[in-house]
Amino acid sequence: MASIEFKGVSKRYGDSLPTVPELDLSIRDGEFMVLVGPSGCGKSTVLRMIAGLESVTAGELYIGGHLVNDLPPKDRDIAMVFQNYALYPHMTVFENMAFGLRVRHTPKLGIERRVREAADTLGLSDLLQRKPGQLSGGQCQRVALGRAMVREPQVFLFDEPLSNLDAELRVQMRANIGRLHREFGTTSVYVTHDQVEAMTLGSRIAILNQGQLMQVGTPLELYGDPDNTFVAGFMGSPPMNLVPVHNTGSGVHCAMLELALDGLQNQPQTLTLGLRPEQLVPAADAPGHWPRLRAVVELVESLGAERLVHLRAGDERMVARLPGMQLLTPGETLALAFDPAAVYLFDAGSQQRIRHVGVPAGAVVC
Amino acid sequence: MNLPNDSSPRRSLLAGEQPRGPVRSLVAFACKQAPTTGRAGRILRDIFSWRFALLLFASLIVIYPLLWVVSLAFSGQQSLTLVQLPEDASLGQQLLALIPLPEQWNLSNFTAVLTEQPFLRWLGNSLVVALSTTLLGLSLSCSAAYAFSRFRFAGRERGLMLFLISQMFPAVLMLIPLYVIVVQWLGLGNSWLGLILVYSITALPFCVWMLKGYFDTLPYEIEESALLEGASRWMIFTRIILPLARPAIAVTGLFAFMTAWNEFILASIFMDDESLYTVPVGLRFFVSDYASEWGFFAAGSILVSIPVMLLFLALQRYLVSGLSAGAVKG
Repeated sequence: MASIEFKGVSKRYGDSLPTVPELDLSIRDGEFMVLVGPSGCGKSTVLRMIAGLESVTAGELYIGGHLVNDLPPKDRDIAMVFQNYALYPHMTVFENMAFGLRVRHTPKLGIERRVREAADTLGLSDLLQRKPGQLSGGQCQRVALGRAMVREPQVFLFDEPLSNLDAELRVQMRANIGRLHREFGTTSVYVTHDQVEAMTLGSRIAILNQGQLMQVGTPLELYGDPDNTFVAGFMGSPPMNLVPVHNTGSGVHCAMLELALDGLQNQPQTLTLGLRPEQLVPAADAPGHWPRLRAVVELVESLGAERLVHLRAGDERMVARLPGMQLLTPGETLALAFDPAAVYLFDAGSQQRIRHVGVPAGAVVC
Repeated sequence: MNLPNDSSPRRSLLAGEQPRGPVRSLVAFACKQAPTTGRAGRILRDIFSWRFALLLFASLIVIYPLLWVVSLAFSGQQSLTLVQLPEDASLGQQLLALIPLPEQWNLSNFTAVLTEQPFLRWLGNSLVVALSTTLLGLSLSCSAAYAFSRFRFAGRERGLMLFLISQMFPAVLMLIPLYVIVVQWLGLGNSWLGLILVYSITALPFCVWMLKGYFDTLPYEIEESALLEGASRWMIFTRIILPLARPAIAVTGLFAFMTAWNEFILASIFMDDESLYTVPVGLRFFVSDYASEWGFFAAGSILVSIPVMLLFLALQRYLVSGLSAGAVKG
């Protein structure tokens, strides 16, 4: 097991803009770190730099305290699980899992034992003599996992391992990966664009956007205390509502709502207000002092136990997650309320969070 | 991994027992739009449909000369005329003579070619030259194609382009330069080595392009995965890439083999010693200014094509590619 440390690491292809401008990130020993972000954000590049499949343009990369900038992949003692499995199609499952050990001249008995153990853990014992072409996607991915496991490496790398599986299998495999990590406690770095995977698997999550590290923290920290609009909009499904609001000095207002707030005097004129869909409740059920919000229903997505109600007022849009089965028709006006303490404010220019904004006693209404 | 089988709507037109293989598709193709009124009537109509007639005619054009060769070989004679027509032959007799059928079947041409002529020796020569060409050509082109496919180096694009350009010139153009290089400079005239070198190198551009195209389709993640597992480049090449590329290697090897096996002009110029002739060069001497042993020529031609046919049969399963199915999803 090992820790991983990025110190001012950057990656640039040719003369183009850097894919990863400058990254400082430390992944602790035994941690399950999820790198998440939209496609093209550089998360796979970061992972491949750890693997040694991409060179580091500048900065220093440490694995287990050793500088590995110039260490070839095979000497880094890491195993990687690829999105498309990357199994060797002409070898059986057993040979696939044994390949890395054979290459390293592990004694035959040891190979046999380790492969059988891994196969048992992953439920592959009956498939050892099959070839990848005869396996389903989920089985292939388990073989890929097993191939990584038998090597007992210092670090596991996962490059979107579940995105080729169907929804049901994905949930199952997600649980599998989580269980394996708890069992073995090997440092793992997991790349995904799926924030649900990130939330459920990660001990910590690093959110990347355009090669920049947006925020690192535990899933709940990122969800409850986002540093900027990107993180706020990325975590949660449906994501946080972000509405541009005007700063009056004593509060904010927009077409949908008006809210009195303290501590806005020195803040810019235009702000972004963030409000999670689940914070919106029907006005009738809310305490009287909660601010109200009035908007037209545009679309209702019913998920059974709850509904996602898309709202509009002027040019502004919001989504509310409402419980129950009460009939809602598009076009009707809806009155909702929210806890003023649950509001997030961001600088509309820099996109950074504005903290230390308080709700004055007896806050008000539209 | 399953190839799409023939459960197309076409097939359902043919109720009951169906003809197999190419015949089936031929019939199915011909009767695609024919209304169905009983199987016999349908097949009759197929046979008389213009598509069927066209295909039959085209096949005949291809097969007719071959039939002549077969008939000549089994006729036991050396003459090109299989049937002796009387002076006043009727039109019917003349037309009948167009059908290549010997008056009597007889293996004497084959036995004579194999025993009285140095044909077996030439066959052996050809085999040595063609197999060595295949081996040398494949090992050179596999490694070159892998480099072109996977590595980025100065001159990569140009090298590939040059290979392509070299294919644009007729082979005869290289006759004199090759003669000068191989016979005069290298002193490899009248030797197997000279032929092997020339054949494998002239086959190289095509082989490299062919193999590179296939290597390009192999997912790079497989190699990255092996790299992470500690395999060296050479190990990846020999234990992962080459086994996966078997279909392409089979086709390319077949091409290299046939290049060497069928080649005539270079061999006839380089080889002076009759005992070193390859089969195509040897065959020529059955039919020349001094001899016209068409029977031997035909029998020899058939014998020459047997190894190639065997090779095709042996490599058939590789010619259907799809070995890399299951490597990655999609």
